[in-house]
Amino acid sequence: MENLLERAKTYNTQLGLTFIAMLILILFMITAPGTFLRGRIYISFLSTTPFIGIAGLGLTLVLVSGEIDLSFTSVMAFAGYVFAVTMGFTGSIILGILAGMAAGAVVGMLNGMLVTLIGIPSIVVTLGMQFLIRGATNIIAAGKATTLTQIAGTPIYNILVSEIGGVMPAQAIWFLVLAVLIWSLLFRHKFGDHILFSGDNPETARMMGISVTKTKILVFMLFGVLAAFAGILDSFRLRTWWPTMGQGYLMTTMAAVFVGGTSMFGGEGTVYGTFLGAFLIGSLEAGIVAAGLSGFWTRFIYGILILIAVTVHTVLRRT
Amino acid sequence: MKNIHKRFGGVVALRGVDFEVGDNEVIGLIGDNGAGKSTLQKILSGLYPPTEGEIIIKGNKINSREYSVRKAHELGIETVFQEKALGQKQALWRNIFLGRQPTTKLGYLDVEQAKSETTRIMKQFLGFTGAGISPDSTVSTLSGGERQGIAIGRAMYFEADLVILDEPTNALSVKEIGKVLDFIQEVKRQGKSVVYISHTIAHIYEVSDRFVILDKGEVVDRREKGELTEQELIDELTHHAKKSEQAQKEGN
Repeated sequence: MENLLERAKTYNTQLGLTFIAMLILILFMITAPGTFLRGRIYISFLSTTPFIGIAGLGLTLVLVSGEIDLSFTSVMAFAGYVFAVTMGFTGSIILGILAGMAAGAVVGMLNGMLVTLIGIPSIVVTLGMQFLIRGATNIIAAGKATTLTQIAGTPIYNILVSEIGGVMPAQAIWFLVLAVLIWSLLFRHKFGDHILFSGDNPETARMMGISVTKTKILVFMLFGVLAAFAGILDSFRLRTWWPTMGQGYLMTTMAAVFVGGTSMFGGEGTVYGTFLGAFLIGSLEAGIVAAGLSGFWTRFIYGILILIAVTVHTVLRRT
Repeated sequence: MKNIHKRFGGVVALRGVDFEVGDNEVIGLIGDNGAGKSTLQKILSGLYPPTEGEIIIKGNKINSREYSVRKAHELGIETVFQEKALGQKQALWRNIFLGRQPTTKLGYLDVEQAKSETTRIMKQFLGFTGAGISPDSTVSTLSGGERQGIAIGRAMYFEADLVILDEPTNALSVKEIGKVLDFIQEVKRQGKSVVYISHTIAHIYEVSDRFVILDKGEVVDRREKGELTEQELIDELTHHAKKSEQAQKEGN
């Protein structure tokens, strides 16, 4: 029993979030039973939420390392474009995917190097990079969308985004698999220790022989790859690439991560929180509209939820 | 360390310092603020490379460009930093093994081993019986003395031949200071060496075999314990500080 209480204290953030998520779900079931007592809405969440979620996993790592990255929405679009163009040029879907993810890694590396080697705050670097990459993508693509109908029905398409058993969207499985991998990297791998300490106390990390510079560059690159993967997945889902891809994900992804309980101050975070936070944020708008409120209420309720969640997490940390 | 120079831009922190640590001895490194003690300690710990000079460890000359914290650990040099070098938000077991984590395949942590060894260290150096604190407790839940115990426990766990202690008694209670001084004597009984850096002459005098006095980046005096009393050591330090102040006034 004592052991159970100890564990509950250790995981109080995650338990609290799970409780709130269940409360909100029950509230939706009561206010909109026609929608939330049927399976279709959940399939819809599983289809659309993973893109926020996968980006959220990468953002969690960056925040834990003590930095922030606002460029990921543009990386999603840029990587999706590189994928589309490479596939079109080579005829190979795999080469296209690899090229897209490499593009994400390169942007991440640039972000990391500017932050660690030049010393510019990450919020400024990545804000600039967000505009730069989006602008460059629009210039190169001349603002035109690219249809990708040729990928439909291919084995890779089926692996990435088809509905498994006619029910489960594959991207939800990818989100779950990546969440488990990122959790194990952050909390059970020595590189994860480097990330935690780089964000908690970089001087401590250096005194123990950890290269904070190398750690942060690698974290930015990993986020670049994850954002690229999310963008490529989104292109697969809609079988098209479009220039405004990723726009609208910035605030919802950040909301998912902060509602989930990851700290703005570095050194601590929760992958489970981001995972659940993504579904919470992803389902809010549908729940609000299904309950009979206008869509205008969505941002208001996002705001209330974020402020309450961050306040509760901060107070719990202090105690 | 021979003829060690260290410059930070235009600022000269160390000038031609010779510093030797023998087997099984405790050296008290003392000096006023800005004397260069921390810089010397950080070079010895592998945090900073010297601008010039040689580092020789166990008879082998070390390439100062390759000398790092990791290299220092491999050579049996452990440092208990003034800042403790602990991550406040991280669990004790992560702090103990940071940079030297026990791993299984592909770099994944052997968490069970790390936690069981942490429990052993806690019992040995903090006298914990497990009530209220566990290897999963974060450093922020510990008192100043307990954090010092963890930092010292970390240094001893890895079986250092030389332990560098930078201001280890800062902000500790009387009882905790006693424990630190006992620990230093225990380290010596185990046949190891200690470099003890402190402003508190009484503590340094109690446990050290000899003293090295730094002033304005230079070694100005070396004394064996038997040569002078504690008061004479304080007077020596004050004399050098006044001499330095006088020289500065004349310079201005």
